[in-house]
Amino acid sequence: MARSPSPDVIIAGAGMAGSTLALALAHGGLTPLLIDPQPFEVQLEPTFDGRSSAIAFSSFRAWDAMGVGDALRPYAQRIEQILVTDGHAAGASSPGPSPFFLRFDAAEIADRVRSEPLGYMLENRRTRAGLSQAVAAAGIEVLAPSRIETAEFEGAGARVRLADGRELSAPLVVGAEGRASPLRRWAGINTIGWGYGQSGVVATVKLEKPHGGVAHEYFLPNGPFAILPLTENRASLVWTERTEAGEALRKAPPGALLSLLRRRFGPFLGKVEVVGPTFVYPLSMQLAERLVAPRLALLGDAAHGIHPIAGQGLNLGLKDAAVLSQVLVDAARLGEDIGSAAVLERYAAWRRFDNVSVAAAMEVFTRLFSNDVPALRLARGVGMAAVNRIGAARRFFMQEAGGAVGDLPRLFRGEAL
Amino acid sequence: MSQTLSPPLPQASSVVPDDVARFTAIADEWWDPSGKFAPLHRFNPVRLGFIREQALARFGRDPKARAPFEGLKLLDIGCGGGLVSEPMSRLGFAVTAVDAGEANIAAAAAHAKAGGLSIDYRCATAEALLAEGAGPFDLILNMEVIEHVADPGAYLRSCVALMAPGGLMVLATLNRTLKALALAKFGAEYVLRWLPPETHDWKKFLTPDEVRALLYGEPVEIDGPFGVAFNPLTGRWSRSNDCDINYMMTLTRAAADS
Repeated sequence: MARSPSPDVIIAGAGMAGSTLALALAHGGLTPLLIDPQPFEVQLEPTFDGRSSAIAFSSFRAWDAMGVGDALRPYAQRIEQILVTDGHAAGASSPGPSPFFLRFDAAEIADRVRSEPLGYMLENRRTRAGLSQAVAAAGIEVLAPSRIETAEFEGAGARVRLADGRELSAPLVVGAEGRASPLRRWAGINTIGWGYGQSGVVATVKLEKPHGGVAHEYFLPNGPFAILPLTENRASLVWTERTEAGEALRKAPPGALLSLLRRRFGPFLGKVEVVGPTFVYPLSMQLAERLVAPRLALLGDAAHGIHPIAGQGLNLGLKDAAVLSQVLVDAARLGEDIGSAAVLERYAAWRRFDNVSVAAAMEVFTRLFSNDVPALRLARGVGMAAVNRIGAARRFFMQEAGGAVGDLPRLFRGEAL
Repeated sequence: MSQTLSPPLPQASSVVPDDVARFTAIADEWWDPSGKFAPLHRFNPVRLGFIREQALARFGRDPKARAPFEGLKLLDIGCGGGLVSEPMSRLGFAVTAVDAGEANIAAAAAHAKAGGLSIDYRCATAEALLAEGAGPFDLILNMEVIEHVADPGAYLRSCVALMAPGGLMVLATLNRTLKALALAKFGAEYVLRWLPPETHDWKKFLTPDEVRALLYGEPVEIDGPFGVAFNPLTGRWSRSNDCDINYMMTLTRAAADS
């Protein structure tokens, strides 16, 4: 195999956040190297990752800015409207507006975001396919399947040793291997976190009625559920179950699943047909105590695994990638050592606030909406109704969900690096 | 509000001996971004960006190139621990870096070697380089030095004599304003403890007009001043129209002296 020049950045983990970082770095003139224990093609199989992700409009802009957007757009369902309903109040299907009812509409902020939708729903496997094709087209070197066995972070560069005995070095290594990140462990970065005793269940259904690009989020005493529109008039159904119940669902026959869906989602769902397998994921919150260590930066779920309630997990990882790539590309242009503590601290400082505040907001959201204390229900209902009436507040929430609030990296503004 | 700092780099024919001792004592701490030189590490990107921008324009180099300045010779005067020398070397310059502090040079050379960079570090002054016939240099960096030298006029003339035809010099220093006295001197040294007390003698600060006057009759065109300011909310430095505290100037020498 022809060896490219020694890499600027070794990225452990060729998932969605890691691949996006690699593309952004290459786009900015740096040389990344991706290492992943899975063969790259495995990611494309439908069973590898059955989830769908909400992609904030500004995350999608980043893909557009690096030329990946067009390949993904055919599979991206525009979210034109988000309806949030308290499960015990009048539902979205009932006629007339309910007081405890919150509506986000892309048309309201259309002038501010150039008629972009609130976001997109994309099946992870489609995203993975699009990103991996772009990685190949950009000539980015990928070592997969391959595993990093040890890493040293001392001195002027990081050195990693692969399972096959090869040694590689670079000024910087990025841990993007997900929640169990070995690099994070080797660098001595602790995590804080807790389980929710719940599992997220994901099923894909074909809908009878057109969904019209509307995403529904319901909050019920025993956890939230969402009906998220996908292309081809399908929807991704996401809800939570206690861990044992979730495990039982994994093996449930299609008929049992359907009747459960009818019971859970009520008449609103209409006639549906389950397409594809059901996926069950244990839910937990996990935050790394630090985002950087000497010669190491953490990215995506390796840095922060949050509750998937508002679809912010992948968006955080994509924003990590946009910020880190900008910090590194800018530093390289100034001739700085891209793995130095001074440079990495810029990434950490930029991301710290955002990651922690989103994680905390999701936490409050979850606890608040998973509770059936009547006073709390009334409070959140009044809160939702108030937000709904105040256009400015609602527009702010939409921008926030769209990832367009705060100190945006250039890629999130749709600009080149 | 803006803050200031001036990396303390003693230099030139009549370096005050106290200065050398004070800065060599902390030479090993140069590369600790959260140590004593933390303010300098925060300040570094804005001045690196300014130098890069000026040099790209002056030498007509490709901004997209990873090492756009290959083939050009650079002299970094008062290099300290090499915080500017190393980035300039990565950008392609053949770097000669001098400092009057021996420990600074030792620390800088060791750090560059560990990072695989080839930089010619010397414990020398601009005057000494000129005397031994070194140069000429395409780009001379004169960053926060002039406020520490005893005879700035003689020092500046030596620097100009080291410039290659068509060359560029970037000069950065502190303005002698009351604001600079309050913020750069008392603020940075005594209040914020960014710099050791007695780092600066405010009376030695020069105004942009005084720098121009010192260079009267020299074969250079002078541009500037260009201001830089610190935003205490973001902790970042950026270019600014405010030249009351830190400012930079550029000196260019015609391609062929008449």
